[in-house]
Amino acid sequence: MRTLKFLLRKEFRQIFRNRALLPMIFIMPILQLLVIPLAADYEVKNINISVVDHDHSTYSRELISKIHSSGYFRLADYSNSFNDAFKQIENNKSDLVLEIPHGFERNLIRENSQQLFIAVNAINGIKASLGGAYLNNIIAGYNADLRVQLTEVQKFSRRPTIHITSSNWFNTLLNYTYFMVPGIMVSLITMVGVYMCALNIVKEKETGTIEQINVTPIKKYHFILGKLIPFWLIGVFIFSVSLFGVARGVYGIVPVGNVGLLYAFLAVFLVAVLGIGLLISTYSETQQQAMSLAFFFMMVFILMSGLFTSVDSMPEWAIVIAKCNPMTYFIEVNRMVILKGSSFADLKNHFLIMGGFAVVFNTWAILNYKKTS
Amino acid sequence: MGDVVLTNISKTYNDGKTVAVDDVSFSVNKGELFGLIGPDGAGKTSIFRILTTLLIPDGGTASVSGSDVVKDYKTIRRNIGYMPGKFSLYQDLTVEENLNFFATLFDTSIAANYDLVKEIYVQLEPFKKRRAAKLSGGMKQKLALCCALIHKPEVLFLDEPTTGVDAVSRKEFWEMLYRLKEQGITILVSTPYMDEATLCERIALIQGGKIMSIDTPDNIIGQYPKKMFAVRAEKMSTLLKELREYDPIESCFAFGEYHHVTFKAENGNNAEALNTYLNQKGYEQVHVKQTSATIEDCFIRQMNE
Repeated sequence: MRTLKFLLRKEFRQIFRNRALLPMIFIMPILQLLVIPLAADYEVKNINISVVDHDHSTYSRELISKIHSSGYFRLADYSNSFNDAFKQIENNKSDLVLEIPHGFERNLIRENSQQLFIAVNAINGIKASLGGAYLNNIIAGYNADLRVQLTEVQKFSRRPTIHITSSNWFNTLLNYTYFMVPGIMVSLITMVGVYMCALNIVKEKETGTIEQINVTPIKKYHFILGKLIPFWLIGVFIFSVSLFGVARGVYGIVPVGNVGLLYAFLAVFLVAVLGIGLLISTYSETQQQAMSLAFFFMMVFILMSGLFTSVDSMPEWAIVIAKCNPMTYFIEVNRMVILKGSSFADLKNHFLIMGGFAVVFNTWAILNYKKTS
Repeated sequence: MGDVVLTNISKTYNDGKTVAVDDVSFSVNKGELFGLIGPDGAGKTSIFRILTTLLIPDGGTASVSGSDVVKDYKTIRRNIGYMPGKFSLYQDLTVEENLNFFATLFDTSIAANYDLVKEIYVQLEPFKKRRAAKLSGGMKQKLALCCALIHKPEVLFLDEPTTGVDAVSRKEFWEMLYRLKEQGITILVSTPYMDEATLCERIALIQGGKIMSIDTPDNIIGQYPKKMFAVRAEKMSTLLKELREYDPIESCFAFGEYHHVTFKAENGNNAEALNTYLNQKGYEQVHVKQTSATIEDCFIRQMNE
C-alpha cells in the first residue's frame, strides 16, 4: 500500500508538472464540449430557395410568405423564369427551386387542384431531402388552411380524413444538443483515457525509466495500478465537469435518471478504456507508435459508436463492429439515463458487457506486458 | 565462491541470427571492482541485463549473491543496484524526489542509508530542488549512482557509467567507486575506454560476445608476448602506412601521439634499424623508443588472434 501511495504521488506530480499535457487533459475536453454540439447539428436551417412565380397572385404571395416565415428557408432569388432560377442552383446560390405556375390561384379555386414544381439540388443529400420534406410540409399546411377557408360553410367534410398528431418523448423540443452532448462526453473521456494512459506508459519505456523500475522489487500490479488509478480519477473528474458544469450549466441538460447509476457505469467503462490504453502501450515501443495506434482505434470508436449515425441503420457487418466498441454502450447508457431516466434493470446487459470488456482488455494487456518485459 | 558467477551464458537476438553473448563464463569475487572491457556491440550490456534480471539468457546459468538470475529474480532485485548506460531517471522530478522515490521503492529512506551516499549527495545537495532534466551530464551521473545506491545494494552494476562524461568527472567517478569498494560492495563496471581498464582490480576483455581473457590489468599487460616500441615523426599518417609496409614490422597501430610497433624478430637492434630506415626515407624528427604495452595493445592483439 505504501509503495502504491508513493507511485501515485509521483504520477500526479508528473502529470501536474507537464505544462503541455495539462491543458490537453482538463481544458480541451470542456472546450470541445462547448463547441462540437453546436456545430454537429443535423437540423437543416438556412436553406436557400429560389422562387419562380408565374402567377403573381394573392395566393402565390401568401404561400411564399408562409415558406419564408417558417424560419428554415431563406429567399435567395425571386425570378420570372425557371432558367434564371436554375442558374442560381448551378452557382450554388440556392438549394431549391419552387415554381408556381401561371393561373395558380384561379385554377385552385375553380378546379380545386393545382400543381407546383420543386427542383432540389441533391449534392448534399441530407439538406436536399430535409429541405424537400420541409417544403412539402409547409405546402400541405397551406393547403389545409385553404381547405378550411373554402369549406367553412359546409361544416362537415364529406371525405373522411385521417389526421395525424405526434408527440415527442424524452426530448420534447427536439433539441439536437440533448442528443449530442451525452454522446460527445463519452468520446472525450475515451480519448483522454486511451491516449493519456498509453502515452504515459510508453514514455517510461522511451526514457528507460521502466528498466530502472523493473530492477526494483516493486510488484507488477503495483506499477500497473499506479498507472491506471490517476487516469481513472482524471476520467471521473472530466465526466463530472462535463455533466454538471457544461451539460447542466450551459445546455441545461438535467439527468432524468439516477446520477449514481451513471457513475457506476462510468467506473466500469473507465477500467475498460484504460485497459485499451494499457494494451496499446504493450504493443508500442515509442510514443509515436502508441499515438498512431491509439488514433486508429479512436477513429473507429468514434465513427462506429452511434455518436453521429444510428447503429441500427448500419449494415450487418458494421453493427458487429459497433457491438465490439465499448463507446457504443456508454453512449447508449448515457443517453438512456440522462434523457429517458432508465433504471438499472434496463442497463443490466450494458453493465455485463462493459464488465466483460474491462476484464478482456486488462487481462490481455497484462499477459502481453509480462511477455515483453 | 564468487559473488557474481556466470556459467556458459549465451544470448541471441532475432531468432538466433544475432549472437550477443556467446558461452560466457566468469566469476567476480565479493568486494571486487571488476571491469568488462570491450567496444560497442561486444555484448557488455546484454550480460548486464541478464545479471540484473531484465533479460532471460538462452543458455547457461548465472547467479548474483548466490541467487539464480532466473529463479530467484525477486531476491536479486532487492539486493542489487543498477545504473544503465542511458540516463533513465525521471527528468520531470527533482533530484530529491527522484532519490526519495527510489528509496521508497526499496522500502527505505534517504536518511537510513545517508552515510553510503553522503559523499556523492553533498555535491548534489545545492541542486536538490532542480529537475533532473536540467542537470549537467556529470551531475546526472552522480544522481543516477545515488539512486542505484540508496538501498545499500550488495552488488552494483554500472553499465558504461563514464560514457559521455568529461575527463574530470570521470576521474571523480572512479574515486567514488574506490570508496564504495572499501565499504564491501561488489562492483561490476563496463566501459569501452581501454584507459579505464587499469583502474579495475580485474578485467575481462570481451569482443563479439566472447570473453578473450580475464585477469588483473597488470597480468594481462605482462602477458603481452612482444616488446613494444613507440615511433613518432612528422607526417604521422604517411608514417603509419610506411611502417606497415616495412618488412621486419609485425604490427603497427596509431596510439595517441605515437604509433605502437612490434617486430617479427626480437633483436636488440630493431629500434636503431628502424630509425635509420626512416631517416633514409626522408622523415624528420624521427623518434623511436621502447615502451610498455597497454590494455589497448593487448586487446587489439587478442582480437586479431
